[in-house]
Amino acid sequence: MTTPKTLFQKVWERHEVVPQTADTPAVLFIDLHLIHEVTTPQAFSILRERGLSVRRRDLTLGTMDHSTPTRTEQVFGGKPFTIASAANQVQQLEVNCAEFGVELLNLTSDLRGIVHVIGPELGATQPGKTIVCGDSHTSTHGAFGALAFGIGTTEVGHVLATQCLLQTKAKTLAINVTGKLKPGVTAKDLVLAIIGKIGVGGGTGHVIEFRGEAIRALSMDERMTVCNMSIEAGARAGMVAPDETTFAYLKGRPRAPQGADWERAVADWRTLVTDEGATFDREVTIDANTVEPMISWGTHPGMVAAVSGSVPASSNDPVFDKALSYMGFSAGQKLAGSPINVVFVGSCTNSRLSDLRAAASVLKGRKIARGVQMLVVPGSQQIKKQAEAEGLDKVFIEAGAEWRESGCSMCLGMNGDIVGKGQYSVSTSNRNFEGRQGVGARTLLASPLTAAASAVRGTITDPRDLL
Amino acid sequence: MTMEAFSSVTSRTVVLPRTDIDTDQIIPARFLRTTSREGLGQQLFSDWRYLADGRPNPDFVLNQPESAGCSVLVGGRNFGCGSSREHAPWALLDFGIRAVISTEFADIFRSNALKNGLVPVIVDDATLQWLIGHPGVEVTVDLTSSSLKLPDGKSVTFPIEPFARYCLIHGVDQLGYLLSKNNEITAYEQRHAAR
Repeated sequence: MTTPKTLFQKVWERHEVVPQTADTPAVLFIDLHLIHEVTTPQAFSILRERGLSVRRRDLTLGTMDHSTPTRTEQVFGGKPFTIASAANQVQQLEVNCAEFGVELLNLTSDLRGIVHVIGPELGATQPGKTIVCGDSHTSTHGAFGALAFGIGTTEVGHVLATQCLLQTKAKTLAINVTGKLKPGVTAKDLVLAIIGKIGVGGGTGHVIEFRGEAIRALSMDERMTVCNMSIEAGARAGMVAPDETTFAYLKGRPRAPQGADWERAVADWRTLVTDEGATFDREVTIDANTVEPMISWGTHPGMVAAVSGSVPASSNDPVFDKALSYMGFSAGQKLAGSPINVVFVGSCTNSRLSDLRAAASVLKGRKIARGVQMLVVPGSQQIKKQAEAEGLDKVFIEAGAEWRESGCSMCLGMNGDIVGKGQYSVSTSNRNFEGRQGVGARTLLASPLTAAASAVRGTITDPRDLL
Repeated sequence: MTMEAFSSVTSRTVVLPRTDIDTDQIIPARFLRTTSREGLGQQLFSDWRYLADGRPNPDFVLNQPESAGCSVLVGGRNFGCGSSREHAPWALLDFGIRAVISTEFADIFRSNALKNGLVPVIVDDATLQWLIGHPGVEVTVDLTSSSLKLPDGKSVTFPIEPFARYCLIHGVDQLGYLLSKNNEITAYEQRHAAR
């Protein structure tokens, strides 16, 4: 009789080139290495210094997203970037990919986009793969039952040169989500509630498997939102076992298996589930029925409350006081109705077509409040095109929002899309750290529905008030 | 690019008592538009360290005269959470920090630190609270015995994977080790291609 295994164990074991021992980490094979302009220049320098080449160009894919402009005239019109160092970084990736023979979806490619959006979109992200990228939100790809995690630049160099990583096996954490999300409550609200419950260090050292009825009911876009933010709970990775929803999403995508290969792949992928009787190192259960639209009030993604709720009452924790002072909130303050300045719909967390549709459903026939700036940044050029084909761009523009080219944009402001000092930004991104969206910017993480509703009112708003 | 070998460091501590110090604080994203790993110490903790006009913030601990020359940083629980940017350990090392003491480190930060010769020292909460309460004490981080020596003569051991410890002590760069597994990698690739 074989020992029951978790999904994580199965994917891990398939990729052991050399198993872990008491003295040495495992050598783990990587099936897909995604690269972008920010965390790779120093890795390519290592290859150059040592006279090494890229071992598996066929398993390496480059795009540009973090430092790229989102204004059309700067992407396609030849108008210079706002920030010279950003232009230099993008140029360096062109040079590196050309020199080392790596495929690059460059600035004007119609397949370009945020690295964690294009992998799934192209069908390159598949169940059972190991996927890495020099970006912590690589956890997004775990939505397909892949083992996907962020790495540093030294490790980017390791993977470029050897297609392998030295890894120590993580512990496992099952997050069982029972019940059903209520109308107006989204996957973003669910994951914010999860992080609020287990804490920003709650997943450290663990790979999370999201399980249960409520997870099964999520679309692939929604599962990606949940897995994307696993890292905000400190987890090494987040995973969802593949099922019919996964297969339906991938079928026919350009880089997914085709024809007879497709049938074989699906048969294999069906085995990628946690076996009955397999045990996790830890388990947590959350009832989806109790989740409300959520928003962050502090300076990390575990500081969250219901949009209809309040900042927690005062505590003796100096970190709590510092967070409130940075945010300009007081203990016990009601959140709904509090004024805002900026709304950002975008990022690898919430920039897919369904997110744009959700935001547009609130904005249709409405205007954003006077004095509010709203930026809508699709996750990829393909999503931009699809959204335009549905007329979503018109809904946003008529409401008074700006419709941009794809990229990470205001999630971290590397390209110059920033939030001003002291301004409140309701953002569908993933991090509300001090200064994340600009020096002194005050980020309020929320779903696309909450972001759009807040744009309309000019204050923090429960989207159910407008649905 | 080889890593500097590390066996032990003795230094007074600099204390940042906050929990959940994220890598956006250690080095903000606007400083990642570089293609080099040099000189990032200038921007370490930039938004806490400098005032809006660019002058050093006199209230921030790294700007206080007693912090000069310290190479051991004490931070609250969950140090290095957030972004995977290796610029965070690069900035700490460039500033002169060789070891960080906390009760818990974020996984990617810890992995990045170990690959660059920055030692993450995990201690129990009582030890951390004592260190936070006694800023500037002289401690020794000794990798050969995996221990942290405190001024009262007490010593606590800290966990570190044997392989990472070996690489740090001998200045071994892990890429060389991976490249030595070429035959195993090729065999794996052949098995996979046949599947």
